Amino acid sequence: MNTRDAILQRLYQGREQQGGFEPPVSDFGVLQRPHWSKAEKLERFARAMGPVHGEIHNTSRNTWHQLLQQLMQEKGLRNLWVNSDTRHGRLLADHWQLEQIPLLQRTQPINEWKDELFNRVDAALTGSRGAIAETGSLILWPTPAEPRAMSLVPPVHFVLLDSNRLYSTLHEAMQQEGWADKGMPTNALLISGPSKTADIEQTLAYGVHGPRELVVLILE
Amino acid sequence: MNTAADAVKQFTPRARTALDTPAIRNNFRKAMDGLMDKRLDAFADWDLEALRELGAAVRLRALSRLPELLELLERNLQANGIQVHWAQTGEQACEIVRDICNARNARTVIKGKSMVSEEMELNAFLARSGIEALESDLGEYIIQLAGEAPSHIIMPAIHKNTAEISELMHQATGTERSSDVDYLTASARAQLREKFMQADVGISGVNFAVAETGTLCLVENEGNGRLTTTVPSCHIAVTGIEKVVEHLADVTPLLALLTRSATGQHITTYVNMISGPRKVDEKDGPEAVHLVLVDAGRSAIYQDRELLDTLRCIRCGACMNHCPVYTRIGGHAYGTTYPGPIGKILMPHLLGLDNAGSLATASTLCGACAEVCPVKIPIPQLLQRLRSEAMDGDPQRSATVAGHGSKRRWLEMLLWHGWTVFNSRPWIYRLGTGLMTRCRHLMPSRLGAWTRYRSAPRPAAHSLQQQLRQRQHKEQ
Repeated sequence: MNTRDAILQRLYQGREQQGGFEPPVSDFGVLQRPHWSKAEKLERFARAMGPVHGEIHNTSRNTWHQLLQQLMQEKGLRNLWVNSDTRHGRLLADHWQLEQIPLLQRTQPINEWKDELFNRVDAALTGSRGAIAETGSLILWPTPAEPRAMSLVPPVHFVLLDSNRLYSTLHEAMQQEGWADKGMPTNALLISGPSKTADIEQTLAYGVHGPRELVVLILE
Repeated sequence: MNTAADAVKQFTPRARTALDTPAIRNNFRKAMDGLMDKRLDAFADWDLEALRELGAAVRLRALSRLPELLELLERNLQANGIQVHWAQTGEQACEIVRDICNARNARTVIKGKSMVSEEMELNAFLARSGIEALESDLGEYIIQLAGEAPSHIIMPAIHKNTAEISELMHQATGTERSSDVDYLTASARAQLREKFMQADVGISGVNFAVAETGTLCLVENEGNGRLTTTVPSCHIAVTGIEKVVEHLADVTPLLALLTRSATGQHITTYVNMISGPRKVDEKDGPEAVHLVLVDAGRSAIYQDRELLDTLRCIRCGACMNHCPVYTRIGGHAYGTTYPGPIGKILMPHLLGLDNAGSLATASTLCGACAEVCPVKIPIPQLLQRLRSEAMDGDPQRSATVAGHGSKRRWLEMLLWHGWTVFNSRPWIYRLGTGLMTRCRHLMPSRLGAWTRYRSAPRPAAHSLQQQLRQRQHKEQ
């Protein structure tokens, strides 16, 4: 018998010897939240992001690109990785006015430009699928246009969040979007603030492996 | 396995040494106090009892269908393009990992935090096969530089303070000595970034494996787990067979419990859900993803309805944070992969009661661990069961744990037998207590371990029965 079958047989036998067992009922009621209005969800999202150093800006669908350019300058960032295959990428490219700060178009697999990605890209911009009010978490499902590395490798990550796409809880997001039924993507992420660690004497430090700054632009 | 068994046997002397080392006691006391407060704050808005009930129910449901769920998990992972391997022992699991590395000509491995890989002693195994494995979680990186094992399952380097870490990094990597945590963190980041770019394979653990969708969930704050599972061309995840859950929705209560119980965070910075290797049009992610399902003693624990509650554990570490023994002696004193209360009920299964039996007795049975356990594992009850197993002490049920009966001594058994006779025959009892009160001055002042920290008890001049008889006599 191979290892797999031996392990499984042992488990089946063990349970049979005990005469099987009935687990208690799983009551998910405790995860339910009262109906939060859009304003309340936005407020809770901001309140959860604050303590973990997530930076939030409220802006509009028409003017966010101006704010982004302003932030790029204020933060002294030298370039921005963005994909113009996305709607927001095209919009940004059309309105980009900072000649000294290039927009980086990188559509090739990351292994082909690892050195530049790890050492010379200052920031990246991605969209998001939505967010979770309770924990202050962005929901990202990376795509070919916006691969995982965008929210992971550059020191600053800008994210666009549609103010109508907030869920109260993770449970609600999963249920309403039918994640389990529709099938999961290669990679699904919840991102709640910039990368951090407390491994040295419980002292918080930001930007240990992932982005040092997470900047959320909420679009009204 | 021998080294692991030998290490745990030194528990008592190591605990003594730890108690005599103020730095260890201070580092742990400070850290654990902070963690207990943060946990309480994080659950302030919750019906914690109801949430723990749900956590326990979800884990018990998964365990009640464990073999079916493992088969379903395997089918769904394979359908998603993830290769599944099964290992009966830690060594077999190491061999599987080595073979995958060799097939890819991989020479360098970058690792995310994984307690199962610690249990397997994977790094040492790979080193013997000429494969360099580098830990990338900052805490794991620090203890790897020091050549030590983790002292806590969530915060591996909690036993060290900033000055010790700065000195260590200076010695090992030439980083300037500094008390600035941001500086030390940035230096580690710079060194590890190079390694992430070069690594051939990334190895991670798994927090929850979802059977329904074939999804591996990883929870972390640093981003090293995401880099490990994104940048190298091959990702190998290793996990114990008990980590499976039935539905994707089952992850939500467990996640809510895990991060709040562990570090008092409402959620970790990253929750990383992996359901397959890179697809044709995708620009990053590994080309190959493997999952190694490790038994290593778990199916043996599964044979007993009471003991299998041990397998509910979601590895949050709250039991150690709240344990008065762990806080005083620190994680290294145990000499086991998993220290603290969960280690005391898990390690005897993995190493045998003959080797790790003393762990079950290193508890005051105060019950703090069970009170905070997010999945309501009755740890004190299981400790008593293991103590009984070590003595073959339960006449109703034959002992099953490996190495059971190893602490049984004929003199002790004889004494307990005498105790039973003494207490169940009134005339012997009267005779005995009468003799003891009369000869009370002959009581020795040294009674072995009992009098090491206490004075010896002395029988009263009159037994309770004698006093009651006298009182009745007077009243008449």
